[in-house]
Amino acid sequence: MKTFAYRTAVTPADGLEPGAVFLAGGTNLVDLMKLGVATPDVLVDVNKLPLDEIADLPGGGLRIGAGARNSDVAADPRVRRDFPVLSEALLAGASGQLRNVATTGGNLLQRTRCRYFMDASKPCNKHTPGSGCPARDGDHRDLAILGASASCVATHPSDMAVALAALGATVRVDGPAGRRVIPVTGLHRLPGDTPERDTVLEHGELITAVEVPPLPFAHRSTYRKARDRASYAFAVGSVAAALDVHDGVVRDVRLAWGAVAHRPWRAFAAEERLRGRPATRAEFTAAADVELAAAEPLRDNAYKINLLRRMTTAVLERLAEGARR
Amino acid sequence: MTTTTKAVGAPLARIEGPEKVSGRARYAAEYPVDGVAHGWIVPSPVPRGRLTAVVADPTGDTMAVLWHGNAPSLAAVDDPELAVLQSDRISYRGQPIALVVADTLEAARRAAQVLHLEIEAEEHETVLRADHPGVYEPETVNPGYPAATVHGDVETALATADVTVDVTYSTPALHNNPMEPHATIARWDGDDLTLYDSNQHPSGVAATVGEIFGVDRVHVITEHVGGGFGSKGTARPNAVLAALAARVTGRPVKVVLPRQAMFSMVGHRTPTLQRVRLAAGRDGTLSGIDHQAYSQTSRLYEFAEQTAVVTRHMYAAPHRRTGHHLLRLDMPTPRWMRAPGEAPGMLALECAIDELAEKLGMDPIELRIRNEPSAEPESGVAFTSRHYVECLRRGAERFGWSGRDPRPARRREGDWWIGTGVAGATYPTMAQPSTARVRALPDGTFEVAIGATDLGTGARTILVQIAADALDVAPERVRIRIGDSTLPRASVAGGSSGSASWGWAVTGACRSLRDTGRDEVTFDSTELVQRQETEGRHAYGAHFAEVRVDAVTGEVRVSRLFGMYAAGRILNARTARGQFLGGMIMGMGMALHEEGVLDPAMGEWVNHDLAGYHVPVHADVESIEAAWLDETDDRINPMGSKGIGEIGIVGSPAAIVNAVWHATGIRIRDLPVRLDKILDGLPAS
Ligand SMILES: Cc1cc2nc3c(=O)[nH]c(=O)nc-3n(C[C@H](O)[C@H](O)[C@H](O)COP(=O)(O)OP(=O)(O)OC[C@H]3O[C@@H](n4cnc5c(N)ncnc54)[C@H](O)[C@@H]3O)c2cc1C
Ligand code: SF4
Repeated sequence: MKTFAYRTAVTPADGLEPGAVFLAGGTNLVDLMKLGVATPDVLVDVNKLPLDEIADLPGGGLRIGAGARNSDVAADPRVRRDFPVLSEALLAGASGQLRNVATTGGNLLQRTRCRYFMDASKPCNKHTPGSGCPARDGDHRDLAILGASASCVATHPSDMAVALAALGATVRVDGPAGRRVIPVTGLHRLPGDTPERDTVLEHGELITAVEVPPLPFAHRSTYRKARDRASYAFAVGSVAAALDVHDGVVRDVRLAWGAVAHRPWRAFAAEERLRGRPATRAEFTAAADVELAAAEPLRDNAYKINLLRRMTTAVLERLAEGARR
Repeated sequence: MTTTTKAVGAPLARIEGPEKVSGRARYAAEYPVDGVAHGWIVPSPVPRGRLTAVVADPTGDTMAVLWHGNAPSLAAVDDPELAVLQSDRISYRGQPIALVVADTLEAARRAAQVLHLEIEAEEHETVLRADHPGVYEPETVNPGYPAATVHGDVETALATADVTVDVTYSTPALHNNPMEPHATIARWDGDDLTLYDSNQHPSGVAATVGEIFGVDRVHVITEHVGGGFGSKGTARPNAVLAALAARVTGRPVKVVLPRQAMFSMVGHRTPTLQRVRLAAGRDGTLSGIDHQAYSQTSRLYEFAEQTAVVTRHMYAAPHRRTGHHLLRLDMPTPRWMRAPGEAPGMLALECAIDELAEKLGMDPIELRIRNEPSAEPESGVAFTSRHYVECLRRGAERFGWSGRDPRPARRREGDWWIGTGVAGATYPTMAQPSTARVRALPDGTFEVAIGATDLGTGARTILVQIAADALDVAPERVRIRIGDSTLPRASVAGGSSGSASWGWAVTGACRSLRDTGRDEVTFDSTELVQRQETEGRHAYGAHFAEVRVDAVTGEVRVSRLFGMYAAGRILNARTARGQFLGGMIMGMGMALHEEGVLDPAMGEWVNHDLAGYHVPVHADVESIEAAWLDETDDRINPMGSKGIGEIGIVGSPAAIVNAVWHATGIRIRDLPVRLDKILDGLPAS
């Protein structure tokens, strides 16, 4: 492990100096440091900043502090009641021990699990720009089918972020250029030809909170995750959805997918297609297909198209059934 | 001095349990050794080539950077993987090509990460293919069986049979991954070498390392071991590297493998490609069996997995053929992993039998019973005991098999397709020579000493039970010492033979002490063991699985797994259950989760950590149980016990794969069974 300095952040500006990186739960960053993939000069520990509150927003939304632990957010009664999709997504991730230390900010900014990225001895455009992308011809069963580029086919691995994308959440950021608010769907970039940059954040920008706006029909929302073992596995495909059905017609819908792209994938085209249509199985599948039309699978991950089509249909059907009861 | 209650068979709790759960038990890397330095292994970044130079960062705070250009020379031994830092030749990616030694682990690791290596890389080949021109037939397969056998005329049997099956199954590379990684602390005092080392065979490690360094006094301390599954059966490169670095630096040196290295330099289960052909009459009587297995080995060493050997004794058939085919690749050397040979071999055989049952429209249990042999079909040797049919029948009762609709994709509960499957289990019954010593101590207790190891199996506890009965005293009066190469020489904790081999020597020593009244006896079982036949000795069992397959996603979950075994006398009901269940869970990993994912361009399994290489987690193990028949066999060893450490992984994967077919109608012939292989074939809901 490269020698580094360690400091406790007292103000958000403490992350400013070159080579400094924020340390939250450390469950992703420290692993990458041991592997020699992350080599920060300075670790700025943000755990002492007062960022762990979960507060009510006017109108029924929530502000979740960037330091709030995944376990605490998942267990929060307001989250469970008003935004079950978020609680379910969190509980579907990692393990109890990890969730107890993992933070909201760290979870959003966790890096891809692409196996080449996690190995400094291998080429990878994300950890060593210009070195190539061996995943394209190599192991990519778990990687992206949407929005990828010739330089990178990595996926963002978070479950929580998929739920937040569906809920239309925003990220509050504090940095050298002041404060700004970024939609979760706009936080992560598509790889293009600069896959080394995961997000639109600038160096030194600290996430202070995530805001979930009021969304009354989200009390009927859910997260479904397909994975290779029953627990403690990243998604091979996941669906976050909320559905508002009136008289058998879709009044509104929120749909996002995980493990398919470099960012949590909000299925805007599918949502658009569904609004005002009958809440039927055939329509749900048709909507999924509209979104999946853009998919560009590789040799070993085309199964994700069928998987997402089936899961989306099943999840929306289940929500629609719930609405009828 | 007579006690009537027997210790053997009782469900005694592990005697070292409190030490382990309270954290007091010491594993190899945990011994406090003054002045210890840390070694970090530099793995080769290419699968094939030559290492021409190593340039260390001159500002780095390292004590030594060892490579073939500066390492002292070592004596060659049988295992070429132990000739570490002796040559410029790179034979696989991940091979140790340098060792960095520093005061701290972090400094050693960092220096290793930034070390400059000059390498002339060469073209490499890493993919096992049955049609590769380099495929050859070895002379023998492990541990010395003929590679091929032929009885009768299998081609004619196939050509004239009512029903035939011709299927190819494949299994991927599997990685032992014991919880405790391989680790060594080495310390020299003059020419005396002490190794705290995690292994399955302290006597063997001491002998090998002594030979390599040309010294007589090597003391290997292996008090507790966090699993091995075969990968610690002999000295591994970590032991040699630690001793080498300690010699060069004059400091004790600790070398602990990171998880990534556990996928290369300590062995793995070879991938296999297996073609099984069966010929049968309408009534299910087999007339022919052909089992041809392809596996790989390294450029360094011929390791020939005995994949098809199990087919030589499972079922009767007049015409039969088995064969093994090897391909040398620029890959690490495969080694033993829990039930080498039997585990992959029975996957193919027992799935093929299930496919035959489907074709015949016959119950798969009945089909197996129909082909029960009266003696070993190939050798003609009588079985010392075989209760396979009883395991199938009694197991079926316990599991609730009767009334099963044999047709696939019939049972649906909510979002799940449900299916059940069965497969046989077997493992050879073996024993090796060992020596044990017992002393009567003045306080009325007895000290039993043998250089055995306990990998977490319960071996220590069982030896106390065996000694107590042989001495005719209560187990509380027996003190056991194992895990040290200076104790009487014991055989390896492998081949499910530990209890039999060590128990034999312990029984001999204790009985003799009891009968002669002497206060110390050392007993060597070599002569007795070598007088034994080796054929016709097997444990048998049957595995039953019930799986759920998600009708939407194709995710597979095992809702019930049950094993019924006939494995001689069960020495300790509690630890035996742990062995059976552990094997079955590992079988579940083989069926559904485990796969070394090869990137042929890199020449490496790229998912080399436990986040990427999945083994079952608690949530995967729903209802799992093991039971056994009371089997008496007085021809195998004084305890009448058969090995039980491996049989649980033999056949359990096939039971699960067969259950997946029964649930969905989909035959997956390349392991592991995962949703991406199932999804497109799922029946319409
Ligand atoms: C074995 C394993 C299995 C896992 N399985 C899953 C899973 O199934 N699903 C899933 O979603 N996740 C999974 N995870 C990932 C886990 O959720 C993340 O590691 C965790 O959420 C990261 O949070 P952290 O607080 O520990 O982040 P850290 O590791 O501390 O930081 C991660 C990154 O975020 C940056 N950062 C942290 N906080 C801030 C902030 N406030 N502002 C700006 N930058 C910040 C850090 O600089 C760093 O770059 C798994 C992890 C492991 C190790
Ligand atoms: S997919 Fe992206 S992260 Fe993976 S190897 Fe390619 S560039 Fe690197």
